[in-house]
Amino acid sequence: MSAWLRQHRRAFGQALRRLTKATGLASALVIGIALSLPAGGYTLLESLRAIAARLTLEPQISLFLQPEAKRAEAEALGKRLRTDPRVATLRFVPREDALRELQAVEGFPELIAALGRNPLPDAFVLSTNAAAVDALAADLAKLPGVAHVQADAVWARRLAALAGIARLGLWLLAGLLGTGLVAVTFNTIRLQILTQRDEIEVSKLIGATDAFIRRPFYYLGLLQGLAGGAMAVGIVAAALALLNREVGVLAESYGSSFRFAFLPAGDALAVVLFAGLLGWLGAHLSVSRHLRDIEPG
Amino acid sequence: MVSFSSVAKRYPGGQEALRDVSFAIGEGELAFITGRSGAGKSTLLKLIPAIERPTSGSVIVKGQNISALKRAAIPYLRRNLGLVFQDQKLLYDRSVYDNAMLPLAFSGHAPKEAARRVRAALDKVGLLGRERSNPIQLSGGEQQRLAIARAVVNRPSLLIADEPTANLDVESAARILEIFVAFNQVGVTVLIATHDQGLVARYGKRVLHLEKGRVA
Repeated sequence: MSAWLRQHRRAFGQALRRLTKATGLASALVIGIALSLPAGGYTLLESLRAIAARLTLEPQISLFLQPEAKRAEAEALGKRLRTDPRVATLRFVPREDALRELQAVEGFPELIAALGRNPLPDAFVLSTNAAAVDALAADLAKLPGVAHVQADAVWARRLAALAGIARLGLWLLAGLLGTGLVAVTFNTIRLQILTQRDEIEVSKLIGATDAFIRRPFYYLGLLQGLAGGAMAVGIVAAALALLNREVGVLAESYGSSFRFAFLPAGDALAVVLFAGLLGWLGAHLSVSRHLRDIEPG
Repeated sequence: MVSFSSVAKRYPGGQEALRDVSFAIGEGELAFITGRSGAGKSTLLKLIPAIERPTSGSVIVKGQNISALKRAAIPYLRRNLGLVFQDQKLLYDRSVYDNAMLPLAFSGHAPKEAARRVRAALDKVGLLGRERSNPIQLSGGEQQRLAIARAVVNRPSLLIADEPTANLDVESAARILEIFVAFNQVGVTVLIATHDQGLVARYGKRVLHLEKGRVA
């Protein structure tokens, strides 16, 4: 084994021993808890995004006719819509059918009886593609006899915007807590340097290079970050497992088998590696700042 | 081996520790640097491993000009020197054996060879039976001998000791000096600073006497 490799193994061993002491583990836990917040948020958001994506796969447009429109006018409109190449599927919902559907809903029969007439207009429900939805909705609104056009893309877009805000919030949180991680490592390494002040001074006096002295601290920062990242992933996994037990009960009551999915392996690995990188950075800043102060004289 | 020419050292604040010091120590020599405390003995010794840099003049060690040495080259210079400090600078969080092992950790010796060297060094200073002890359990003389073992474990050709017998009783001090003489006899150049004139007189070796920063 080469001398270089032997020195790295020694530095790694030293760092590992320091990490497994109570203070090292506590710091790793602090990092883990801090990182579990953005990592957990990201996991939930990704799960919800999967549902949202399914919902908006086929943008729908609901087209409501004026209440006084005649059935013949509706049929003429239907023929016209069928010729439009942007319309993928078309379904006519006569006002009687709509009323029947509404009457099936708890509480509504009394309300409708009180009105004494059918308040609902004839309607078309048509599906189109995402690119055409806005233009089509605008064109449809101009047709004679059309009272109101409702494009479901609007709420899909709102949902996307909300998800965007949430994602931005998570990035901000991740940025803040990432900075916190660097600060935690910076401080752990500073304390470690202070505890080993004598050893560092003597080592410098008898011919240790700066690289030799720095190495165990870099490893400590890296290992502490990696351990913190792994803890964050563990915390998210445990929290999701707990959450999914309750979510499962709720989802089944809606006839859904929805569960929050755990982070994909690649993303989980990225969290761990990123935490390791930040730990290394914290160590680098601390070592650069504090080791120069220890000069034998 | 070591040559000083017109070396001056002024500390920040204006205190002049050395003034126009010139001398040369040949290979295989053993020399004492004497003088009262504050005469500049420690400063002179600190210039050799570049712990301090001269304000003017040049310090040449084994053909290397220390005054012009780059920061990154200093560790490699120090590995070839054996340094024994006034306050020993032992590490009390590890055994006698591990203290002596310290210089070998960064010079990259294979573990078997390193262990052999540590045992040989501890044997030479008479501490082979105390490997597992903590330095705090050693007497003053033994601690100083451990410091010597650590200094020689890398087999340096130049050994520098600053007041190695300070605070020791006569018997322990004599034993320490015997160890230095023994190393000198196998060809190691030795430079010892001491204020104990009586001890020096007994050996009849070369003496550089410092007075107020000058060689008297």
